[in-house]
Amino acid sequence: MPILKIPAPLRSYVNGQAEVPVSGVNVGEVVESLLVQFPAMRPHLTNSRAELRPFVNLFLGKMNILDLQGLDTPLSKDDILMLVPSIAGG
Amino acid sequence: MLPELSREEILRYSRHLLIPEVGLEGQRKLKAASVLIIGTGGLGSPVALYLAAAGVGHLGLVDYDVVDQSNLQRQIVHGTGMVSRLKVDSARIRLLDLNPDIQVNTFNEPFTSANAMRIAEPFDIIVDGTDNFPTRYLINDLCVLTGKPNVYGAIYRFEGQASVFYAKEGPCYRCLFPEPPPPGLVPSCADAGVLGVLPGTIGTIQTTEAIKFLLGIGSSLVGRLLLYDALEMSFEYVNLKKNPDCKVCGSHPEVTTLIDYNEFCGVAGLDHGQASAAKEWDITAGELSARLQSGKHLRLIDVREPHELAISHIDGADNIPLGLLAARLKELDSAQEIVLFCKTGTRSTRALEILMSAGFRKVKNLKGGINAWATEVDRSLPIY
Repeated sequence: MPILKIPAPLRSYVNGQAEVPVSGVNVGEVVESLLVQFPAMRPHLTNSRAELRPFVNLFLGKMNILDLQGLDTPLSKDDILMLVPSIAGG
Repeated sequence: MLPELSREEILRYSRHLLIPEVGLEGQRKLKAASVLIIGTGGLGSPVALYLAAAGVGHLGLVDYDVVDQSNLQRQIVHGTGMVSRLKVDSARIRLLDLNPDIQVNTFNEPFTSANAMRIAEPFDIIVDGTDNFPTRYLINDLCVLTGKPNVYGAIYRFEGQASVFYAKEGPCYRCLFPEPPPPGLVPSCADAGVLGVLPGTIGTIQTTEAIKFLLGIGSSLVGRLLLYDALEMSFEYVNLKKNPDCKVCGSHPEVTTLIDYNEFCGVAGLDHGQASAAKEWDITAGELSARLQSGKHLRLIDVREPHELAISHIDGADNIPLGLLAARLKELDSAQEIVLFCKTGTRSTRALEILMSAGFRKVKNLKGGINAWATEVDRSLPIY
């Protein structure tokens, strides 16, 4: 099952977990699987049209999924997706 | 024509002069260089200190805040004796003590669309050490429009990011983050806390990138985002690509001049942490105290994290952390008057928005949070 790495600002919405196993064969399915498990994450990740919000970036390895096939990017069971948040602290 | 080094400067920078990648010519480049540091806080402190120590000849410091006791856990350019002094004055004194051969110009004013071009004009590089989204987008657009590199760093609790956004050679900040999160969605350091040494790590990475850029050596973070996790002690990189549709650095830019960044980020005025719509729902600590003393039955909801209750708490308040509020609405009665509070009022403003959108109407937000309560009502409580 693919793993989704959750950054600290969003961990309170996934019971404090740094990594969440999520089912799905592509990025879109994995995101929806996460949101079904943790509905409080929904406003942080997607808009009303189920698109990723503009301040959310998902990386597969070193590549932004937007530079691959977006939510249709295929995933294998060992893949690790990383959520990169927009943070402003300084 | 690069400036010469004095005998004293040659001795001061001898460890640089011994490195072939720096050498005498590199040190003269640093002496001729200028860097503008926006913010003299957690990130700006190590950036300013190390650039001064490295002999960068001209530093600019922008900040409109004063040194607060709570800054000293991480903002290492300031000392205890400088509490209540202007941050730019405090930093300037420290930097010139560290290196009297450099020039330090201070700008005790908010960095805005009205003054950014004027302030930034003489500087080679801009270092982003700010703590809010409007200024980050302002710095980005300014750098794209003027062709300057934006040495970026941002922190949250134990995690940090660093990159160099240089539109001439790679993506800009907007290529990665086209729009900011809505106000209140991402907690600030003041609300979420930050490990004191974290800005030291990220700030010194920013400084390293600035110095490398000035010397023209090494592989820069242009086109790469560094992600640091202090708890895991991990450094990861991801690749960043230029977005051809980027509104400021793309092939058909829509943003061709500096805009109103508070409006762009949905923030009112300089009060970056608080949504303007919330004002009419505010209740002051004094008003809340009077209503409680009059026997008015209120439900007090503390939306801070459970570990914060050990620092201070208000008797009778129930704790529902902000992150769990949406899932625990059934515990609240919309017919009952509810007063929400947190540390300073930022998270409770977000909580108020959640309750309002769920149909609650008899809701108030304690203005200034429990810190205001500690100032105005119960002085036995600490302020944090």
